[in-house]
Amino acid sequence: MSDHQVASLRHAAATADANALSAEVAGLIVQALNLEISPAQIAPDQPLYGEGLGLDSIDILEIALVVSKKYGVQLRADSGENTRIFGSLRQLVEYIITHRTK
Amino acid sequence: MIAYRAGTPVLVSQFLADARRLVRSIPPCTHVLNACSDRYHFTVGLAAALISGRVSLLPSSQAPRMMQQLGAFAPDAICLTDETDGSIALPRLLDLRQILGASAKYAPAVAAAHAMPQIDAARLAACVFTSGSTGAPLPYRKSFGPLIGCVREGARRLGLARGARWAILATVPPQHMYGFEASVLLALACGHALCAERPFYPADIAAALERVPRPRALVTTPVHLRALLGSGVELPALDLLLCSTAPLAQQLAAEAERRFGARLLEIYGSTETGQVALRRPTHTAEWRLWSGVALELAADGTRARGGHIEQPTLLPDVLEMTGAESFLLHGRVSDLVNIAGKRSSLAHLNYQLNSIPGVEDGAFFHTAESSGSHTGVARVAACVVAPALDAARLTEALRERIDAVFLPRPLLFVARLPRNDTGKLPLAALQSLAAQARSATPA
Repeated sequence: MSDHQVASLRHAAATADANALSAEVAGLIVQALNLEISPAQIAPDQPLYGEGLGLDSIDILEIALVVSKKYGVQLRADSGENTRIFGSLRQLVEYIITHRTK
Repeated sequence: MIAYRAGTPVLVSQFLADARRLVRSIPPCTHVLNACSDRYHFTVGLAAALISGRVSLLPSSQAPRMMQQLGAFAPDAICLTDETDGSIALPRLLDLRQILGASAKYAPAVAAAHAMPQIDAARLAACVFTSGSTGAPLPYRKSFGPLIGCVREGARRLGLARGARWAILATVPPQHMYGFEASVLLALACGHALCAERPFYPADIAAALERVPRPRALVTTPVHLRALLGSGVELPALDLLLCSTAPLAQQLAAEAERRFGARLLEIYGSTETGQVALRRPTHTAEWRLWSGVALELAADGTRARGGHIEQPTLLPDVLEMTGAESFLLHGRVSDLVNIAGKRSSLAHLNYQLNSIPGVEDGAFFHTAESSGSHTGVARVAACVVAPALDAARLTEALRERIDAVFLPRPLLFVARLPRNDTGKLPLAALQSLAAQARSATPA
């Protein structure tokens, strides 16, 4: 296999992992918050906070708790990344992939 | 010392100099709308208003609608802020970061020349706002003397009246009555030091605690406490936990005391009355009243009066007196909804729901599991008859009318509401409808 083929296979594997994780995180959010939608209804780029999915700060704290238990990721507001992390499901998943410890 | 900013102490002389500097920057006005999120900025703003004879307006949220309504309440108000994201659409803004930015250069020797300001106890110090049942914010007027009296009595109860200088960290906003009293006023009235930051995530709370010396107190709520204990974050040593705004599960209180190795004290109070009672939930279910405060049974509920309470006030809860100074709490008066310190009534929520075009009939209700919800937050549910609307459009219409914490979960669409012969909606019928919908939903 050429380097190029290896790279594209890796890329495909990473994308598949991200998609699987995205579905898993969406499921966790719906379950933890008792939302009246199915996980698939959370669009990857829809804002989670405020408009969009309509979550409030209590929900965000709840998601942070679930994410810390499941993936060992501790969120920090003073990192300045907070608005971005909860910008969308995709961004939350990317943050988890980069920072997960389990 | 009066505060810690990111762990660095701020001396009283510095604080007074900052307050005087701010006074010089405030243009003529009689009201100051204090929207600062940094607790030190907030406290400088409060002191500047007190020194210069202005009334501080404390908004319970910074939702555009609330800020707009406060702007209408006091058109001359200057808004003190420390955010520059343009979210506050008021004409007269003053950014404290710009005004106090260079204040670290102040030499304490120069600042010490300022005498300690004396504030008349009868002076109207603040108006605290809650969302009223009609949607317009209701002002509760607070005189300086009673505010300080209440907090000093609290300090005595908490063991913070004399001795060591404590560092006080709070996860609640300084504009909320509980946060205002238990962090800002407690520090001002009893010589403790408040932490400027308002940490949100468990890791933020732990880091903020680590930065300040002991003894240290954490002023928090059941929601934050539960997240903190469940997060797996290493918990720093703590000397006192204060909790309020919503009922705290006994189990959570016991776990918090065990893991922090500190007492957990729970405060009962309201925006109208301020703090009125205290208990240590791991020791007793009984609340002990502030001295001088008395409860009296009235036809419409229980009234609190005396002590620091300026007007006899009907309490929003069902109380059982167990002695002249003690009582048990039996939950909210059923029409009232309190989520995360925000209050509304089912009647108001129903009014808003039924005013949406396309809604033929609808009702909010407490679900059977909401009081013991696994998230620790009791949400409200709603049943609605609205064949022309879908959940997204109805939720959008509700969002324009009510605070997001009251958005219904679940929101059930039904062909008709389970009204009985007299047109009333039995709670049990609504709850069983919710239970049926839940079991019908595929997992």
